[in-house]
Amino acid sequence: MAYQFDFSSLSGYGDLLAKGAGLTVSLTVVGGLAGVAIGIAGAWARSRPVPVLAPVVAAYVEVIRNTPFLVQLFFLFFGLPALGIKLGEFQAAALAMVVNLGAYSTEIIRAGVQSIPRGQIEAAMSLAMTPLQIFRHVVLIPALKKIWPALSSQVVIVMLGSSVCSQIAAEELTFAANFIQSRNFRAFEVYFVVTALYLALSILLRWLLSRLGQALFERRRHG
Amino acid sequence: MPLVDLIGIHKSFGTNPVLRGIDLSVHEGQVVALIGRSGSGKSTLLRTINGLEHIDDGVISVDGEKIDARDTDLRALRLKVGMVFQQFNLFPHLTAAENVMLAPKVVKKAPQAELRALAVEMLEKVGLGDRLDHYPDQLSGGQQQRVAIARSLAMRPRVLLCDEVTSALDPELVAEVLAVVRKLADDGMTLIMVTHEMRFAREVCDQLVFMHQGRIHESGPPEQVFSAPQTEELRQFLGGIG
Amino acid sequence: MVEFAFSDIVWNLLLALRWTALLSVVAFIGGGAVGLLVLLARLSSRRWLRRLTRGYIEVFQGTPLLMQLFLTFFGLSLVGLDVPAWLAAGLALTLFTSAFLAEIWRGCVEAVPRGQWEASSSLALTYLEQMRWVILPQALRLAVAPTIGFSVQVVKGTAVTSIIGFVELTKAGTMITNATFQPFLVYGLVALFYFLLCFPLSLCAKSLERKFHAAR
Ligand SMILES: Nc1ncnc2c1ncn2[C@@H]1O[C@H](COP(=O)(O)OP(=O)(O)OP(=O)(O)O)[C@@H](O)[C@H]1O
Ligand SMILES: [Mg+2]
Repeated sequence: MAYQFDFSSLSGYGDLLAKGAGLTVSLTVVGGLAGVAIGIAGAWARSRPVPVLAPVVAAYVEVIRNTPFLVQLFFLFFGLPALGIKLGEFQAAALAMVVNLGAYSTEIIRAGVQSIPRGQIEAAMSLAMTPLQIFRHVVLIPALKKIWPALSSQVVIVMLGSSVCSQIAAEELTFAANFIQSRNFRAFEVYFVVTALYLALSILLRWLLSRLGQALFERRRHG
Repeated sequence: MPLVDLIGIHKSFGTNPVLRGIDLSVHEGQVVALIGRSGSGKSTLLRTINGLEHIDDGVISVDGEKIDARDTDLRALRLKVGMVFQQFNLFPHLTAAENVMLAPKVVKKAPQAELRALAVEMLEKVGLGDRLDHYPDQLSGGQQQRVAIARSLAMRPRVLLCDEVTSALDPELVAEVLAVVRKLADDGMTLIMVTHEMRFAREVCDQLVFMHQGRIHESGPPEQVFSAPQTEELRQFLGGIG
Repeated sequence: MVEFAFSDIVWNLLLALRWTALLSVVAFIGGGAVGLLVLLARLSSRRWLRRLTRGYIEVFQGTPLLMQLFLTFFGLSLVGLDVPAWLAAGLALTLFTSAFLAEIWRGCVEAVPRGQWEASSSLALTYLEQMRWVILPQALRLAVAPTIGFSVQVVKGTAVTSIIGFVELTKAGTMITNATFQPFLVYGLVALFYFLLCFPLSLCAKSLERKFHAAR
């Protein structure tokens, strides 16, 4: 006999799903804000020929970009206690996302920084601005504007990647799904609905980020 | 019977009517130049003749091959009509000879043995017999445009369309390309070209067509068009370009 | 509790690494083949086909790989089979890869100048002939670097298959950790092995990209 789909078995779990989605959003907000902040700092560090800092940042970027997020998460959650650093599930998940997005956004923002014409920096130098002032006022905004689409995509990728945080029992959306299917034994229906929720979240996030980009960068045109 | 016959060609881009009822007949061996201001629709007209632009109304017939606004299979038309572009559009991943051989090989399924000979013949015709195995980025602009002409000729088109084939060239390279076009004309090739080289048009063409706002405003033999323009617009146009 | 020497840990991880590598290769080749079909459909002149493939790509790029894996795993078992983890892993990763590669390649195809389409259609080439002889050879050159770059994402993506019980590098790491209680060392080594797989690919992609930009 053919399988009977039963989505009604999901009713009653709405609160749980909402809570899970809420935590996914929280993780994304924390990861997004702190990750991009790290990215800006990292891009700044890499834009200067500082002896120790630049290579350290470069190594950080490469290590993170060439290892799976899941392993980074396990390392932080299970491995760090060996050094006496014990993190809660949410803390570990958030930290992993920050560290991960920090590396990617360093690389993305750096590409934006490199695309700023040399002449603009020289003009600022000839106005006696310090390197930090130049970075802050002349380089950063146009660089961010340029790479905003790439940065937005990366934030969406990190949001979707947070799905594996269920593996350290952080109670986000996938965790909620796992829990529900262990109760109602309707794995396919549960994951189908949750996948749709993720899709909606990513569409929403992409839209919000593009609005944010407009607000941040377009309005400045007329000062 | 004319080789190329355009009847009532209409074409708009969105709400912008670009061709507004074009009738034009070109006989075998004739050389026709389209002149007119920027935006008057010269390129668009040329591009409709081999189906690069879809027409909204009218009939195009080339050597008995009839196309109207409903037709979507333009291959038969394109087999009879060659085109040379302002920007050459050579295939950058192929050598000069390969550029010439591609369409005969793929479209006409010409045997391998004949292909190389064909490439040599065509490239010699444009004076590039010694550049067979050069890639486009190893050639000057003038040489690239001559390869593009050879590439079109290799399909043995009944008529060749040329859209400002010297406009993208440095001044010192214009002459070599015009010389090739002139030789084609002398050999009896049917040519329809858009050009801003008025002296060249005057010397080579049998008929000059002045386009204005999507219509053929005036046309005739070059001596007549140049020495006795009938309309104010043409007078202004000729005056403007000195 | 079994005593694990350092060399045992490394050896067992290396054994598991084979499965990570194999799954990556399968997903990449399978995904490339499917991706090519998706690409052709994405560029088709039929509107419904374009829409369909756009939806396909949107769904795979807009949902977690883990969910794709779960849906494949549980979806296959709905059809009645007892699905081995490797099959679900291979299938899900193949589809995931196909969607991303198709989108990357579409970008490359669209980067080929319009004049190339016009010149080849005025030579009477059909759509497929244009693709085969003029557009794809040029798009391919553009595609090499980002395609190799994406292979890194595929390798990293295989880690997620540990969650449905496929014993590859990450799963082996978890199992060894449970036996040795040395998560710092074991996950450190797991990360190192992934790095050794991925970093050369990243370097290769970067240098190809640089070479290509220089050539222009
Ligand atoms: N693909 C297109 N989409 C929309 N409008 C177009 C397109 N191609 C041409 N046009 C418009 O059609 C009109 C005629 O263009 P066309 O290129 O035929 O002029 P032209 O006579 O060749 O001018 P020029 O001497 O500058 O080459 C112009 O107003 C142009 O903006
Ligand atoms: Mg034009």
